Amino acid sequence: MTAATDTRRAGGPDDAVSGVVPREVVRPATVDQVAEVLRAAAADGRTVVPVGGRSKLTWAAAPESCDLLLDLTGLDRVVEHVAGDLTVVAEAGVRLADLQAQVGRAGQLLGLDPPEDGATLGGVVSANASGPRRLRYGTTRDLLIGITVVLADGTVAHAGGKVVKNVAGYDLGKLFTGAHGTLGAVVSTTWRLHPVPPARRVVTLELPDAAAAGPLSIALARSTLTPSAVELIGRADGSARLVVLFESIAESVAGQARSAVALLGGGEESEDLPEDFGRRPGGADDVLLRLAYAPAALSSALGALPAGTAVAAHAATGVSYAAVPAGEAVDALPRLRAAIAPHDGTAVVLRAPDAVRDRLDHWGPVGDSLDLMRRVKERFDPERRMSPGRFVGGL
Amino acid sequence: MTAIAEPALSDRTATLADRLRSAVGTERVLTDRTQVRTYECDGLANFKVTPAIVVLAESRQHVVDTVRLCSEAGVPFVARGSGTGLSGGALPSADGVLLVLSRLRRLSPVDADNRQVTVEPGVINLWVTRDAAPHDLAYAPDPSSQLVCSIGGNVAENAGGAHCLKYGFTVNHVLGAEVVLPDDEVVHLGGRAPEHPGYDLLGAFIGSEGTLGVATELTLRLIRVPEAVQTMLVGYHSVEDAAGTVSDIIAAGIVPAAVEMMDALAIQAAEAAVSCGYPEGAVAVLVIELDGPQVEVEAQFRQVEEIARARNAFETRIAADDAERALMWKGRKSAFAAVGRISPSYFVQDGVIPRTKLPEVLAEIDRMADEKGLRVANVFHAGDGNLHPLVLFDDAVEGQAHEAEELAGAILELCVTSGGSITGEHGVGSEKRMKMAKQFTPEDLDTMQLLRCAFDPAGIANPGKVFPTPRLCGERPGVRKGEHPVQAAGLGEVF
Ligand SMILES: Cc1cc2nc3c(=O)[nH]c(=O)nc-3n(C[C@H](O)[C@H](O)[C@H](O)COP(=O)(O)OP(=O)(O)OC[C@H]3O[C@@H](n4cnc5c(N)ncnc54)[C@H](O)[C@@H]3O)c2cc1C
Ligand SMILES: Cc1cc2nc3c(=O)[nH]c(=O)nc-3n(C[C@H](O)[C@H](O)[C@H](O)COP(=O)(O)OP(=O)(O)OC[C@H]3O[C@@H](n4cnc5c(N)ncnc54)[C@H](O)[C@@H]3O)c2cc1C
Repeated sequence: MTAATDTRRAGGPDDAVSGVVPREVVRPATVDQVAEVLRAAAADGRTVVPVGGRSKLTWAAAPESCDLLLDLTGLDRVVEHVAGDLTVVAEAGVRLADLQAQVGRAGQLLGLDPPEDGATLGGVVSANASGPRRLRYGTTRDLLIGITVVLADGTVAHAGGKVVKNVAGYDLGKLFTGAHGTLGAVVSTTWRLHPVPPARRVVTLELPDAAAAGPLSIALARSTLTPSAVELIGRADGSARLVVLFESIAESVAGQARSAVALLGGGEESEDLPEDFGRRPGGADDVLLRLAYAPAALSSALGALPAGTAVAAHAATGVSYAAVPAGEAVDALPRLRAAIAPHDGTAVVLRAPDAVRDRLDHWGPVGDSLDLMRRVKERFDPERRMSPGRFVGGL
Repeated sequence: MTAIAEPALSDRTATLADRLRSAVGTERVLTDRTQVRTYECDGLANFKVTPAIVVLAESRQHVVDTVRLCSEAGVPFVARGSGTGLSGGALPSADGVLLVLSRLRRLSPVDADNRQVTVEPGVINLWVTRDAAPHDLAYAPDPSSQLVCSIGGNVAENAGGAHCLKYGFTVNHVLGAEVVLPDDEVVHLGGRAPEHPGYDLLGAFIGSEGTLGVATELTLRLIRVPEAVQTMLVGYHSVEDAAGTVSDIIAAGIVPAAVEMMDALAIQAAEAAVSCGYPEGAVAVLVIELDGPQVEVEAQFRQVEEIARARNAFETRIAADDAERALMWKGRKSAFAAVGRISPSYFVQDGVIPRTKLPEVLAEIDRMADEKGLRVANVFHAGDGNLHPLVLFDDAVEGQAHEAEELAGAILELCVTSGGSITGEHGVGSEKRMKMAKQFTPEDLDTMQLLRCAFDPAGIANPGKVFPTPRLCGERPGVRKGEHPVQAAGLGEVF
């Protein structure tokens, strides 16, 4: 038969998705093979979990079932990089780091910097992963200009295109961003790129009390300074460091760093980023949360976290990562959600130690559009075979 | 396309009109033929359909009531903002309801610390920046029609503007939407926070051209007004040199706020209309704007000047103040209207190409126009390859409109074969839906239809737009039986 079937093997404990061991693992190498695998799975009614670099497969709720793990790392070609257009087409299995290295040779970058080692483009899109520079470049929804997906029944569909400006048809790229494989497999992605800024300057300010970062980041955001990132790293209820990153031409970063020190009322200037810049906080014993809220509510969000929580906040954007001690997480999570709700705040569980994982509501309340989300899921995957149970509301 | 026959309301629509009157008030429901004819077209005046009923909504409840009654009666509805759309998106259904949102015009106070503002859909684009200005904030998407077009229409079309090159499109500046779905359910997509768990239905809704529901409230992101802005106007003796300058600027790692281009015919028209004083004898001009921190803008501006000179620019003017800047922009922003003065009629297209293909595609458009014996003026967003070829014709000349329409269509196909798109900001609407099949496969279109069917299984929201062939959604798939473990454990939401 075809190449896709040659790469089939039985699943083992190392392939487990949040504890669920797949019966079989398949690693196709082309879009046609992905379509063939999914058509065959549809014919047999098998459940499928699409994965990329598997950098975080122990995260999130377990799938209700996983007959087939669809490993997309075999789709690893950078199809087309047109430097003059600042665009690149790359398959879903391409590692973000490899793509950055390739476009970097032309002095360009893809404006996404999540910290997970080995993350693939398909995984970044499907988890809507991002890092500190989202302040400057936005997230997948701002950078992805075209997508190819394979649906549960094997249909191959494209949306968007290769040009940055394009409003023809529905933007399915948005729909698949953050969908965690529940609507189908992402097989190819097209991105808008940015030029690599030539110079960098970092301002670091030690704060005895992390909450002080709230007003400071509002002041930064309302100033004419254009930092690439404003990161708060430390303890939610204790001391922390505010790291402001400027990236531009040398004259600009020097001037902006000086202005930032004046505006913040202090701070050290340097060339280098601290070690922990952009990392997720905490360790394996903590429950890692992603908080999102109206950006000016940073201080309130910090105040709502239990004592001893380590945070890494993208301070000016309204997104924070928090590592809550596992022992406290089960009780703290509902309280936290209630406290940040007035700021349109939500908290999502990314990683949790096995002991508490099943006692946490991973996604939390979704609001009045959950029923509409369910209708979308029913249209794209009526038999509920794609990553069933991993997503919001048990979708 | 003109609707000649004006049948009396069918029984069905007459009954609906009565029910609408009692729900939203008699004065807000129009059925008088001369009154409703005001709404027969949008900015694309060669498509006209007289709607059966017009509802002038003034509150969300009016929208909900109208949509509910349409849904119960199985009658289609079409949302309308300011009616400036250029693709026939707000073209009414002859047997349906036109739901006019321009009276929903309230703006909440600007939330300066969060850099946000919440507005109703009928609010005019420029009002947002007007309200934001005292806080040194602005709403980035700036379509040339911003004096009149509505935020609801912008969201439905994912409108762009001259400054999209750096700041992105409407979709990058809308944080939340309250939407009345075609079955009258009210949902909130997105919100005031940058992320929410679940599918990004807000992203999918923006740019859906009124086919997924009616937006009744939008939360918009505001940007900080940059410290410095500098604008230059550059004249060239050749289109290739102007296009080459654009590529070189990008290659130098500079992202200008805007790079706009006009060719000889467009310059001539603008000059005649608004005396913008563009360089004499120019075959092409670029309007280039840089913004950001002062030192950055100054340094990059010098670099851009050098690039332009190396590309044989024969005149470079730098706006000394806001008045001069306004004059430079005036020529560009008035170009469509200006072309209307040198030609009895024109078709404007909105195709996009990869910007590296600008020189060859512009040359090919020239050749195609010559072959037809027609004139094409080009005014466009050069930085992102979004062409606006204006195909000039005279209605009075037998067959010329048809020739012009053919040329406009051929230009769009050229954009697609060059790796681009049939529309960059004006939308597909009624006008270009048959061209969708040139850009997308049947599978692509069927997949988009899945989204449509999730939002609007009865197909009553702006039917006959965007997609080439209407499709039925079929039975709604069965709701899953049994309880999910998360739900059983009382952890997930019950649906
Ligand atoms: C549940 C969960 C939530 C996360 N949330 C965030 C977050 O909010 N912010 C953030 O910055 N990072 C988040 N991450 C981190 C993110 O996983 C990594 O940054 C990166 O995306 C991992 O890439 P990968 O290739 O290793 O993906 P994997 O770990 O292999 O997969 C990640 C997720 O995407 C799905 N997936 C992977 N590839 C495909 C594909 N080609 N088609 C369809 N589905 C695919 C998987 O089923 C899985 O749900 C999250 C990760 C998980 C698992
Ligand atoms: C001179 C001129 C210059 C222009 N320049 C630009 C430009 O630079 N960039 C650009 O992008 N466009 C431009 N346009 C096109 C047009 O102004 C935009 O498409 C604008 O977004 C339309 O807004 P509107 O309020 O007029 O919408 P309408 O024309 O009334 O409607 C447009 C579409 O939106 C839908 N709609 C309207 N309100 C809602 C709602 N509340 N909920 C759901 N659907 C809704 C309608 O059903 C229709 O499909 C220009 C037009 C003109 C006439």
